[in-house]
Amino acid sequence: MIKDSACIVGIGETGYCRKPGSGMSEEALQLKASVVALAEAGLTGKDIDGILAFPNLGKSEAFAASLGAENLRFAATIHMGGASPVASLRMAAMAVHSGAANYVLIPAGWNGYSGARVRETLSSDKNSIPGGAVAWDYYMPQGLTVPPQWYALMCRRHMHEFGTTHEQMGAVAVAMRKHAQLNPGALMYGKPLTLEQYLASPMLADPYRISDCCLETDGAAALIVTSVERARDTDKTPVYIMGAAAGQPYPADEITTRKDFHKTGLSIAAPEAFQVAGVAPADMDFAQIYDCFTFEVIQQLEEAGFCARGEGGGFVENGGIESGGHLPVNTHGGLLSEAHSLGIGHIVEAVKQLRGEAGERQVASAELGVVTGWGDFGDGSIAILRK
Amino acid sequence: MSEYNKPLPALEGLTKEFYEFCRKEDLHFQQCASCGTFRHVPREMCAQCNSFEWEWKKSTGRGTIFTWVVVNRALHPAFHDPSPAAVPMAPVVVAMEEGVRLLGNMVDCPPEELKMDMPVKVVYEAVTDEVTLPRFSRIKTPMP
Repeated sequence: MIKDSACIVGIGETGYCRKPGSGMSEEALQLKASVVALAEAGLTGKDIDGILAFPNLGKSEAFAASLGAENLRFAATIHMGGASPVASLRMAAMAVHSGAANYVLIPAGWNGYSGARVRETLSSDKNSIPGGAVAWDYYMPQGLTVPPQWYALMCRRHMHEFGTTHEQMGAVAVAMRKHAQLNPGALMYGKPLTLEQYLASPMLADPYRISDCCLETDGAAALIVTSVERARDTDKTPVYIMGAAAGQPYPADEITTRKDFHKTGLSIAAPEAFQVAGVAPADMDFAQIYDCFTFEVIQQLEEAGFCARGEGGGFVENGGIESGGHLPVNTHGGLLSEAHSLGIGHIVEAVKQLRGEAGERQVASAELGVVTGWGDFGDGSIAILRK
Repeated sequence: MSEYNKPLPALEGLTKEFYEFCRKEDLHFQQCASCGTFRHVPREMCAQCNSFEWEWKKSTGRGTIFTWVVVNRALHPAFHDPSPAAVPMAPVVVAMEEGVRLLGNMVDCPPEELKMDMPVKVVYEAVTDEVTLPRFSRIKTPMP
């Protein structure tokens, strides 16, 4: 993409919950978030002419029908699981810059708690599981069925090769939980976590404990992306997409046989995004890193270039990624402690930080931040955002 | 055997051929006829040289443990039952002598005894009349 060629002009959220559930359909949740984002931007549904829907959670056609988007001319879905929202942000920037659309809506949301849980959807539908036939034919019969188990294979290898420790993974969990204490909208608000409590948490998919795993929640969020010229006419301070990129691990549909076991999609995407933006990891005021599990934060910090491969454990220790540390990570609490908002919540939080709307958790004079997405068997996406 | 309730591979195409070998208690991997590169999981062509020419080659069946996960809590309903002993279980990734890696489960090694680079050999478990899954067994190093 071209540097600074598009802006985020609207964000919307429904709020997040577990029990008793949202009480709404996944389509309704996403529409509700979309309407909030539109209102923020001073737009209506009729203005939307591009939609990038999240995989398997709703169709652009249905969203357009309800929103009154009568002139939809750009619609796509990027099949990268949790990496989709950030990858969609890049695609939206390219679309509005090229003129393929004027206002692109990116919705994402689900009933991740009250609806079908991940473990159910991933075990029942061959076509919706990452890896498709490979996972169905070679992983599931051996009992390798869900994300914490897939990624644990990578985590254990990383621990073996680089000496990454449970305490370092715990530092990620503790940092996310600490940030959630400053976010009244976080599911784990009012429920702090100590390293001792983390270490006492039972193993789920060793080396992952329960406390290494993200939440399962209901809720949705949405973004509106437009060109720099059109952004000047909207109500909110525009947030510029300075650079963005996406990438796939190799092979993307199979984890176990990778020659370079630690290379992910982000390893390809991050250098491109930083080059387009003309900035370096060290310039970032904060990072919102897709935290499906604690180790994936360590891994992505390495592959994005915040530290060398193998040094991520040391990077996150001693409050390094806590508010006030050398790089505040997931200032909202992330998937681990705010809610599982499919990665779009990380973009929403970055926008709040750059607008100065993050309340008690505001990073002082935040001007530049990075957001990553992680999905399927290590798909990666990254966006560098500025005021 | 008819009561086996765990996920089974779809016996189609190259996957059917792979599991047909397993059913005969034999392990074969594809080898490129052009550049000699082994591959697994089965694919239509060689990613190394893009040749479509290949043949099934018998594996030595030996390898070493590359990584594993201990499933302490089964998150797939079929792995909850029928026996409470179903977990913990430990899917292991084995680096085979041919240079490919194969996912399996140990038949004779509790998860807490797994070690990186531990030598193992393939064994077979006929889970249904149609499907035999590759599993692994320790290679006991002879006493000096």
